[in-house]
Amino acid sequence: MDQELVADLYRKMARIRRFEEEAARLYTEKKIGGFLHLYIGQEAVAVGALSVLQDNDYVMTAYRCHGHYLARGGSSRAGMAELLGKETGCAKGRGGSMHFYDVERRFMGGWGIVGAQVPVAAGLAFAEKYKGSDGIAICFLGDGAINIGSFHEGLSLAALWNIPVIFVIENNYFAMGTPLEKTAPTDDLSIRALAYPMARDTVDGHDVFAVRSCIHAAAKRAREQKLPTLIEAKTYRYRGHSMADPAKYRTAQDVDQWKSRDPIKVLGEKLEGLGLKSLREQIDREVEEEIIDAVQFAEESPFPAPETALDYAYV
Amino acid sequence: MSNAMPSETDTQSAVREIPIRDALQEAMTEEMLRDERVFLVGEEVGGYNGAYKCSRGMLDQFGPRRVIDAPIAENGFAGLGVGAAMAGLRPIVEFMTFNFSLVAIDQIINTAAKARLMSAGQLSCPIVFRGAGGAAFQLGAQHANSFDSFYAATPGLIVIAPATPYDMKGLLKSAIRDDNPVVFFESELTYGKRGPVPEGEYLVPIGVADVKREGSDVTLISWSKNVFLTLDAAEALAEQGISAEVIDLRTLRPLDAQTVLTSVAKTHRCVIVQEQHEVASYGAYLGHMITNAIFDELDAPVGLVSTLEAPMPYSKALEVVLLPSKQRIIDQVLAVCA
Repeated sequence: MDQELVADLYRKMARIRRFEEEAARLYTEKKIGGFLHLYIGQEAVAVGALSVLQDNDYVMTAYRCHGHYLARGGSSRAGMAELLGKETGCAKGRGGSMHFYDVERRFMGGWGIVGAQVPVAAGLAFAEKYKGSDGIAICFLGDGAINIGSFHEGLSLAALWNIPVIFVIENNYFAMGTPLEKTAPTDDLSIRALAYPMARDTVDGHDVFAVRSCIHAAAKRAREQKLPTLIEAKTYRYRGHSMADPAKYRTAQDVDQWKSRDPIKVLGEKLEGLGLKSLREQIDREVEEEIIDAVQFAEESPFPAPETALDYAYV
Repeated sequence: MSNAMPSETDTQSAVREIPIRDALQEAMTEEMLRDERVFLVGEEVGGYNGAYKCSRGMLDQFGPRRVIDAPIAENGFAGLGVGAAMAGLRPIVEFMTFNFSLVAIDQIINTAAKARLMSAGQLSCPIVFRGAGGAAFQLGAQHANSFDSFYAATPGLIVIAPATPYDMKGLLKSAIRDDNPVVFFESELTYGKRGPVPEGEYLVPIGVADVKREGSDVTLISWSKNVFLTLDAAEALAEQGISAEVIDLRTLRPLDAQTVLTSVAKTHRCVIVQEQHEVASYGAYLGHMITNAIFDELDAPVGLVSTLEAPMPYSKALEVVLLPSKQRIIDQVLAVCA
């Protein structure tokens, strides 16, 4: 196992975890408004998937977007400042928690209407194919998004028009507070790919290496054959749907079962197993410093000026 | 609004009479020849040459890469267009009629119109959603909707509703070149309507109204196909000795308030003609805007001729009752001139 790779993936996941923990703290201090959906527990999906993509690939996701933004290389300072609604945020305080952007890195948001990003992401990939580029798109969505029309229309067009896009259902087993068994007749979610049809895969979303190889294969299919893939990544969020949700609809044992093989814990232990305990500790320290710095940066940053409230409505 | 909004130009002298469907076809064809990023997607736009033949010959000319027949999935292909626009293309999304845009309205209002603000200008969405809107003869309630007020109520969108072949062509070309998402209304009833269109390249600027008839006693304001109805009414009023000025708004958002206010300040009376239900309508807003801006210039309250407050019945005996008519315009003008 490549030590550098293990260390890199560990750092990326730990960075998201600490970012989200600090965000939760700032939310309880009422410094963050609106909704705050945390990615804690699901880090291996975004980090594994985006670690095998190219710079010219597009990334789009739903409202639980901090993890994908950070995994794509987004600045923790700009992310934290966005949560606080500051001018220095990754959307200058216009987006908020659900609408992070870093278009320079082709991180295209951050969208709040369940499933609506599916055909839009297909459009990003459509454009790359139209332009003759080898770029593809990856679209993340939750298990709650697979019953809405835009999901089916997006997948249908992607299959019909041979669009180089990867759809990743992050199945965390709850659509807000409704368990999967109440919203889907089978817990095999990628089976829906058969209808369009398109290639499909199912992966353990807590195993960052499994996610990598799964996405790698799908990316190759997209890049070389211009074909879409539907992937189900089985994962879990440790927190509620949003900070407003105490998650009383599940047991502590359920959560503990997933936490027992937490991807960050597992990778940290792997590093130590490789005799790299001091490296792990160093990464933890550096991540801590980065996130504390991000919080300080966000708190000290200015709010947008009131006279700019209508800016960016039009070109 | 773009700072580089093209100005009205007309570099050619030869003028032909062509129908609106051909004017639209010319606009799209010229822009696709000019810019490789422009493509057309929608139901029946390719092999069928357009449900109303607005894209006749375009599949043959440009091929299936750029003239794309879509399955019946408006949310899907509208959303796909929005994504393609964010990635640097300039899609034209045709709705067979805007009645079907409601199943795609989330992509228009929640995605396209908001992308730029939510990303603080990192994203832009240069896309045109075009198609027929409004009642035609006896289409029944579900195919007779006029959604001008719906879309005009959304910041982030440009909303264009021209009447004449000349304006259709010039404004569609401007719409395709604009960097904002544009909703562009046409009408089933006027695709065959002919009018003068120059042979060569010209643009009509977005956000500029046009005085279609000059007059001194009352200002009539309309847009889309009701401009023709309003001009008919103005003609009839002239025979009764009332000189009506007719303003064709052409663009609803942004509104050319200056042209409207200048005219009403001259005539001191105003009637708005709209194929919209009056409650929460564009015309009601316009009346408020005028009253608020130049109350002292008005000699009468602003009159409003609207579609009556019921879904559209099928029978021709009833449809005409709901829709604005020449007689209702005349009656309203006589009321404000009394």
